[in-house]
Amino acid sequence: MLAFMWLTVITALRVLGRNRLRAGLTMLGIIIGVGAVIAMVSIGEGAKQAVQKQIATMGTNVIMIFPSYMTIGGVRGAQGGAVTLTVADALELKKRIPTLSETGWLIRSTMQIVNGNRNWNGSVQGASPSYVTIRDWSFSSGGSFTQTDMESAARVALLGQTVVENIFEPGEEPVGAIIRIKNVPFRVIGVLSPKGQSVQGTDQDDVVFIPFTTAERKVFGTLFLGSVGGVFVSTERTEDLADAAEQIRQVMRARHRLQGEQPDDFTIRTQVEIGKVQEGTSETLTVMLMIIASVSLLVGGIGIMNILLVSVTERTREIGIRMAVGAKRFHILIQFLIEALTLSVVGGCIGILFGVLAARLTTVIAGWPTIISSDTIAVAFVFSVVVGLFFGLYPANKAARLNPIDALRYE
Amino acid sequence: MNPLIVGEDIWKVYRVGDVEVQALRGVSVTIERGEFVAIMGSSGSGKSTLMNMLGCLDQPTKGQYRLNGVDVGQLRPDQLAEIRNQQIGFVFQSFNLIPRTSALENAQLPLFYRGLSLKEQRTLASAALQRVGLKGREHHSPTQLSGGQQQRVAIARALVTSPSLLLADEPTGNLDTESSQDIMGILEGLNREGMTVILVTHEVDIAAYASREIVVKDGQILSDRATKERSQAVGV
Repeated sequence: MLAFMWLTVITALRVLGRNRLRAGLTMLGIIIGVGAVIAMVSIGEGAKQAVQKQIATMGTNVIMIFPSYMTIGGVRGAQGGAVTLTVADALELKKRIPTLSETGWLIRSTMQIVNGNRNWNGSVQGASPSYVTIRDWSFSSGGSFTQTDMESAARVALLGQTVVENIFEPGEEPVGAIIRIKNVPFRVIGVLSPKGQSVQGTDQDDVVFIPFTTAERKVFGTLFLGSVGGVFVSTERTEDLADAAEQIRQVMRARHRLQGEQPDDFTIRTQVEIGKVQEGTSETLTVMLMIIASVSLLVGGIGIMNILLVSVTERTREIGIRMAVGAKRFHILIQFLIEALTLSVVGGCIGILFGVLAARLTTVIAGWPTIISSDTIAVAFVFSVVVGLFFGLYPANKAARLNPIDALRYE
Repeated sequence: MNPLIVGEDIWKVYRVGDVEVQALRGVSVTIERGEFVAIMGSSGSGKSTLMNMLGCLDQPTKGQYRLNGVDVGQLRPDQLAEIRNQQIGFVFQSFNLIPRTSALENAQLPLFYRGLSLKEQRTLASAALQRVGLKGREHHSPTQLSGGQQQRVAIARALVTSPSLLLADEPTGNLDTESSQDIMGILEGLNREGMTVILVTHEVDIAAYASREIVVKDGQILSDRATKERSQAVGV
């Protein structure tokens, strides 16, 4: 049996080698199909991981609460325009919901930041110290402000990389420097490590953090003391996120005295929800890829079936001879199946090679991140085997069912 | 010992479209081991059908054919294949070698389907090629061989399994006189060593090599006579 298999493979290779152009063209379908799948999946996986990294920059297990629009005489204002969210709300949430590990808040505005003769218009955020912790900011030099700074409304600032690059000379040490925000002098006590783009595409490093109290009393000139632009809380465990979000809603509705039918005057978003939106996108992408893959593999498979049918017809007499000297149906079946498999597997392997190459080139030329996983390659390989078997079966069976007398007489 | 071949009232009926063709109409024949039989007849006489029947390529529509005591009519295609592989060697008019495949590999073919190891296949096939005088041509492909040589490869392929029956269908039909004599000489020699040989031909001088002549006409046996003393089989 082993000798039989071995010789059959050799025969198949010889037959295909005799007609290289034909074999090559037949394999093209599989090569393109498998290659496209590998390249696309690698690019898709790369994009997915990049998005996941972005989501991770929001912090861990974060829930965001924003004030909703305000309706004045039937005119709806922009989201976040209301002043319905306050520090008191945040403190109440912390007190009432035990699963919340951190609670932070902030107000923000775009303002001019000046250092010497350089200036920059950036996002200035008055934040509670816990906000910096919740968002997982780390420092490339210096450190964060403290609760004491917050209580004393200290004029200290933390600078994001983009701001540093725009108001400091290269090599100049920002920590310890005095900058001005809206003419109020601040001492820089920390420089934040870069985070890059957010999921929404904004530059997260274009930021200056100052203590919340300092911001509302000395810089922003806020109309209502204690109103905030957003409350950020985090939970210890990811599983608690959904429950916590619902509890927050209940507490907030009670605090804002909203009756049954009245809509929420705040918006709650969790990191998990944002992740889900991204997952949905990548799922759509995956489905599209699978359709492309199945179509190209189908086309490739039909190509193999076609050429095998031609081969069976061309070699009818040979099949007759083989049957006359004692080949059983099984022997003929296996012979043609192995030819089909050789075509699809060799095609699949070349396709994998091309796919990997294409993915690499995409990274090198276009700069897109790609991930080539061994799973993808294994699945592509298995698929080419299955295609060979499936589309080889019909011609092989046709050959095996020939009548030896007719086959011998075939011209 | 029972005869090698016993055919009793064999009928073979084909349908070609709406027309029913009676290729064989009640043929009864008995052939002993070691005989050298020539089956003669004009084209369309049914001799090819009879040959296919005897070679287990075909099965009777009616009647019984026993080869070595086995009722062939009852067998499934794979069992027929096995009988062909074990007991029958074929030599065809058009040689029927597998193209672009060496003489050795052609001669190996029946052993390949018998499942022998590659080494055994090579040893036996080489011996068979040597037996037909093709030592040194093992690695030539059919196109590199003359007609007579190709037919010798076919004979080597037929005898490599040491079959009990060698069927030759117009073996000299595509050959010149000299090659024909060579081929018939080889068949004669094999018969002298004890192999049963059935020869299908329409040439009288070729049929003369045999010791028994069966004439077929219109699907029936017209005559069946011994033409010369049976050569004494060796080792039977």
